[in-house]
Amino acid sequence: MTNVLVCIKRVPDAAGEVLLTADEQALDARFVGFTVSAHENCAVELAVRIGDATVLSLGPADTVEQLRGALGVGAKAAVLIEADPVGFGPADIAREIAAVVKAHEAEGKTYDLILLGNDAADTGDFQVGIRLAYELGRPVVNGVRTVEVPEDGAGGVATARGDGIDGVETYEVPLPAVVTVLEGGVEPRYPTITGRMKAKKTPIETVEPRNQPRGPERVRLTLPPAQPSTVDVLGEGPDAAAAVVDLLQRLGVAR
Amino acid sequence: MILVFVETAADSATEVSLETVTFARSLAERPESTLAGPVHALVVGALPEKVADELGAYGVAEVHHAVGDAFSAYAGAAWAAAVDAVRGDAVAVLAPGTPRGMEVLAHLGARLDVAMAANVVGIGATDPLVVIRQVQGGAVLEEMRLPEQPALLTVAGHAVEATPAAAPGAAVVREHSPEVAAADLLARVVSTEPAGPDESGALTSARVVVGAGRGAGGVDGFDGVIELAELLDGALGVSRVVTSLGWRPHHEQIGQTGSRIAPEVYIPCGISGAIQHWAGCSSSKTIVAINTDENAPMVTKATYAVIGDMAEVVPAINAEIRKRRS
Repeated sequence: MTNVLVCIKRVPDAAGEVLLTADEQALDARFVGFTVSAHENCAVELAVRIGDATVLSLGPADTVEQLRGALGVGAKAAVLIEADPVGFGPADIAREIAAVVKAHEAEGKTYDLILLGNDAADTGDFQVGIRLAYELGRPVVNGVRTVEVPEDGAGGVATARGDGIDGVETYEVPLPAVVTVLEGGVEPRYPTITGRMKAKKTPIETVEPRNQPRGPERVRLTLPPAQPSTVDVLGEGPDAAAAVVDLLQRLGVAR
Repeated sequence: MILVFVETAADSATEVSLETVTFARSLAERPESTLAGPVHALVVGALPEKVADELGAYGVAEVHHAVGDAFSAYAGAAWAAAVDAVRGDAVAVLAPGTPRGMEVLAHLGARLDVAMAANVVGIGATDPLVVIRQVQGGAVLEEMRLPEQPALLTVAGHAVEATPAAAPGAAVVREHSPEVAAADLLARVVSTEPAGPDESGALTSARVVVGAGRGAGGVDGFDGVIELAELLDGALGVSRVVTSLGWRPHHEQIGQTGSRIAPEVYIPCGISGAIQHWAGCSSSKTIVAINTDENAPMVTKATYAVIGDMAEVVPAINAEIRKRRS
C-alpha cells in the first residue's frame, strides 16, 4: 500500500466581508468560521484514493476540526503540529512538516507521496510544497489536478497531470515525491456517518514545532480602500436589452 | 541589476511578463536605492526572434537566453537552475505572477533559502524593501519585508500596465548553457496534449467573457449565455458554485481557484460576486453585471448593471443583437 501524507491548512471561511485582527497580523475569523483551502480538499481526495493517507496540519488546537474532516473521508491517521501559524513563514512551515516526515521515517513509516494544495487560500504564498521538497531532497511537481501511483507506490513512478500553457501536461516523477494540487481534477467526497464516527475515535498525534520560526516577514495586513459603488444601472429586466447592446457597440465588442 | 524571468507565447513576451518588466523598471529607477541599476531579462528555452527587440523597448539592457537539452521540456527545478546560473549579482529577481512564474521563483527561494513574495502589486518602501502583495484572493493586502538579496517577488497580473520605456534598452542577447543537475530533471513534463478549442486558454485571452453563476438555475440554464458569448466572439466563464454543482466543467471556472481573466468586457450573469470570484475577474476593464439583486457585490462593483433575471435579460440581449445584424 502506498503511504501518502496530505498537508492541509485551517483557513478563514471568508466569502463575505473580511475583518482584520487589532494587531493587523491576521484575519479576524470570529464571525466567519474556518475551513480548508479548496485545493487541499482535492489533495485529500486524491490521497485517500491513492493509498493509506495520513493528514497533517500546522495550526492551533482547534485545527483538529479540519483534521477530523479529512479522517471522516478516509484518512487513516492525523498529525497536528500545534502552533499559532501567524508566526510561521512558508519556509518555517516546510521545515516543520519535513521534521515530522523524518521522525516518522525514523520510526519505519516512509511517505511515498506527499500532497499539498498549490497555494493557501489565506496567505497565498505559493511555495510551501516546493520548500518542503527541498528540505527532504525529493522532486516536486507543482499545480497538477490528478496524480496516479502504481499499485505499490514505493520505488515506483507517479503520473501527474495538469494544465500548462500549451495544453494538458503530463509529468512522470519517481517516488518518493512531493506534489502540489489544484482544485478541479477530482470531486472531494462527503464524509459518511460511519466515517465521522471513526474520525472521532482516531487518535491525533500532536507535536510541538521543533524549530524556532523565523517568521513570515509580515509588516501588517491592510484592507484595500472600499471603492464607492459607481455602477450605472442600465435598466430592469428584458427592456434593458437595447441599452446593453448600445453599450456593447459603443465599447466595440458587438457588431 | 534586477533580473526578470520572462515567459513567451508564440512570437512575443507574454503581457504579464511585460508588466513585470515595467514593474522592475519602477524599482530599478529609484535613485539612491540599493535596487537602482539596469534591468535584465531571462528567457529559458525558445527565444522567439522579435522578443529581444520587444524587451529592449521596455527598457531591458541585456536578455539572457538559457539553452540546452535540459530545457527541451519544462521542469520547475531546471528552470530555477537557469535563473540561478545567470542571476550573477542581481539584487532582485522578479517573475510574472503566473503559475510558472510562481513555481520557478519558489524553487529559487528554496535553493537560496531566501523569502519570496507572491502576487506583489506595489512597493511600500526600499532599503529595506517592503512590498505590498495580495493575500486572501486579493481581498486583503499584506505589507511584507524582503530584507535579503536577491529579493524574490512575483508581480500579480495587471497590477501595473505594461509601458514601454522612455529610453529603450540595448537588449543585448547573451546565451548561456547552464549545467543542470540530474536531480533537477526528475519532475519533468513528459508529454503535452494541446488544449481543445473549448478549453480555458480561450477564457484568459478573450476580449469578451460572458459569465454565469448560480442564477443559471441548473445544468440547462446556460444556452442563453453560451449564445451571447458566441454572438460577441467571446468565451464562457462560470463561478465556482457552477462547477461544484457539476453544471459546467472546471476549466470554465473564473476565480481564486480557477482562471484569472482580464477582458475588455466581462458580463457576469447571475453571479453574486463573492471574494473567490472577484479574485479572478477584478482586472476586467468594463463589467456589465446582470443580476436580480441590486445589492449583490458583483452589481455594486460593476461599471454597468441590469437588474433582472438572466433567463429573461440574456435572451432579450441576444435577440437585440441578431435584430440589429439583420
